[in-house]
Amino acid sequence: MTSTALRGRAWKLLEMVTTPLLPSDYLDLVSPLRAGADLRGRIESVHPETDDAATIVIRPGRGWRGHTAGQYLRIGVDVDGVRLWRAYSITSPTNRQDGRVTITVKAIPDGKVSNHLVRRATPGTLIQLDQPTGDFVLPRAKPAKVLYLTAGSGITPVMGMLRDTEFDDVVMIHCAPRPQDVIFRNELHDLVADKKLRLTEVHTDRDGTLDIARLDELVPDWAERETWACGPAGLLDAAEEHWTEHGVQERLHTERFRPGIVVAGDGGEVTFSSTGRTVDADGATPLLDIGEEAGVLMPSGCRMGICFGCVTPLKAGAVRDLRTGEITEAEPGVLIQTCVSAAAGPCDIER
Amino acid sequence: MTATDPTAHLTAEQIEELGRELDAIRDEVIAGRGEKDAAYIRKVISAQRKLELVSRGVLLFSIFPPAWLIGTAGLSVAKIMDNMEIGHNILHGQWDWMRDPKIHSTTWEWDHVSPSDQWKHSHNELHHTYTNVIGKDNDLGYGIMRVDEDQKWHPFHLGQPLWNFLNACFFEYGIAAYDLELGKNLHKRRRKNPEFRARARAVGRKIRKQVLKDYVIHPLLSGPSFLPTLGATFTANLVRNLWTHSVIMCGHFPEGVQVFERRSIEGETRGQWYLRQMMGSANISGNKAMHFMTGNLSHQIEHHLFPDLPSNRYAEVAVKVRALFKKYELEYVTGPLPKQVFSAWHKVFRLSLPNKKPKVKTPDSVRELVAA
Repeated sequence: MTSTALRGRAWKLLEMVTTPLLPSDYLDLVSPLRAGADLRGRIESVHPETDDAATIVIRPGRGWRGHTAGQYLRIGVDVDGVRLWRAYSITSPTNRQDGRVTITVKAIPDGKVSNHLVRRATPGTLIQLDQPTGDFVLPRAKPAKVLYLTAGSGITPVMGMLRDTEFDDVVMIHCAPRPQDVIFRNELHDLVADKKLRLTEVHTDRDGTLDIARLDELVPDWAERETWACGPAGLLDAAEEHWTEHGVQERLHTERFRPGIVVAGDGGEVTFSSTGRTVDADGATPLLDIGEEAGVLMPSGCRMGICFGCVTPLKAGAVRDLRTGEITEAEPGVLIQTCVSAAAGPCDIER
Repeated sequence: MTATDPTAHLTAEQIEELGRELDAIRDEVIAGRGEKDAAYIRKVISAQRKLELVSRGVLLFSIFPPAWLIGTAGLSVAKIMDNMEIGHNILHGQWDWMRDPKIHSTTWEWDHVSPSDQWKHSHNELHHTYTNVIGKDNDLGYGIMRVDEDQKWHPFHLGQPLWNFLNACFFEYGIAAYDLELGKNLHKRRRKNPEFRARARAVGRKIRKQVLKDYVIHPLLSGPSFLPTLGATFTANLVRNLWTHSVIMCGHFPEGVQVFERRSIEGETRGQWYLRQMMGSANISGNKAMHFMTGNLSHQIEHHLFPDLPSNRYAEVAVKVRALFKKYELEYVTGPLPKQVFSAWHKVFRLSLPNKKPKVKTPDSVRELVAA
């Protein structure tokens, strides 16, 4: 018998010992970061970068497969007891000696997770991790000339690149409201002092937002450079237009942080994605009734919110709890009670 | 059921006002749910797992009597924790708001022969929606007992003290059979129903796994302590069954608890639903340890009003609920465990014999009230 088959047998036996739980439920008590466990990480320290940004140092579990400079990481953090998932760019280089990985987080207004991480996260906390992902990354072959075009927290994936790979000729334009808002400012200035980077800071409170037409003046040879741009949609839209106009769009790589923002309204179009049905729903009718009327086979139970027999994944959009008025937005793993939830804007239910 | 309707003095408006006041209590707890509650359930789960591991570890040496005693006691407590404060409450969706897929009503499986999804249907959906409605809520006597004067007597009921005792000893099997609606489904035609067969197979699989673990694998791992370990796990299951059966009997069987006629719930309003839960449940008084070991089902009244609120909040909710009982001049049925257990057993014995048709009250009086 091969060793894998043997290990499989042993594991089966162990499962019989621990049934109805799994051996991992017990192992998690002592070693949550071990190989073979669900991927998790432990926050080791939190370093303030600016008034509203901080770098979180994470020790990933043994199952961590490593990242490529520029990629992002989805993390699940418990905020007020509720697990919330968000994506943040990795700011540590791939060859960091101690195997730790860092993300740098800017607290956005009303951002539950970002404010928690910047202001309240404490070392020792266990968080959930996904493997790093994203194709906003450096190429294998080194480009001769590089331009980084960033604004605000858009600097974070680029910082991961800067720390990871040295290029001979690197120019960066970075926009932030004021000098003290520039994340990693000291480190950037050190790179400039070491002649490893040429940097233009645009302080938008004083200079206004960057006019893409000024690029010719700031970086005359921009069109010859392999460019990575990350920042608010306005900047990226302008850049994509500009590069396309000059026929060099293949040299521009962009990353957008939040593609869609959920706007909670009153009623909306409901999609039952498994069956492919779409119907209009008002803001007062339970989604269970909406689905049943549309001929979708909906799980149901007490029809009054007590038995949890109707819970169904919410894939997109937002719903309102008809009892409390509370809004729930779609996130991976979010289930809703369809008998007491109504559409709060367009939404997608997995049925 | 008492001779007079204990809610006759309430007007329809008062009943709806009562409903609004209960909704306010619920909303307040939901708004305040947070980190502390999450930490609570995680701590309980981790404590239960450690206690079970240590107890089973000690039982490996159960050939020595002190090890047998300690291990059996520990395993009994661990099984009670798994069944009551953890399993029952997670399967009610009380902790779904945490969005932790490992502590969620859709993923949890308990140390019990009834698969969680079947139990969720019969318990959460049927029992909690139709609480104490004769003919709709099978928890009233579990289909083997007569627990109200209004239920028809049959010579079979003469034996019900014995049925109840046997059910208590093998309670988890009783629950599994009950979830399968075995009584009704064993008829020749129903037995072949594919849906029933699938559910029966699921129970069979679960029983096999549970029995294999408790009565084969763990004893085998104990080597020379094979027989003592087997006895220990049997004892722990027996203790857990007797305990949970007693707690659950106290929830709806003691004297003073109301039952309702089937037609009384037609067109029931939210206020009326709440009132039925209040009148159809009974509490157990006691200290913190008692509440914990009953999975906070000692707060049965609060649990039936708010089955999805986290169990660690029932104690604070109980203070406010009790004040409402007083305000609306309703009887809050509660008492220490021995008294409530005695009361429930007394009823089981009393109703094993036929009774005269009660004169004054009728279920219709309750119907008028609730449907008013």
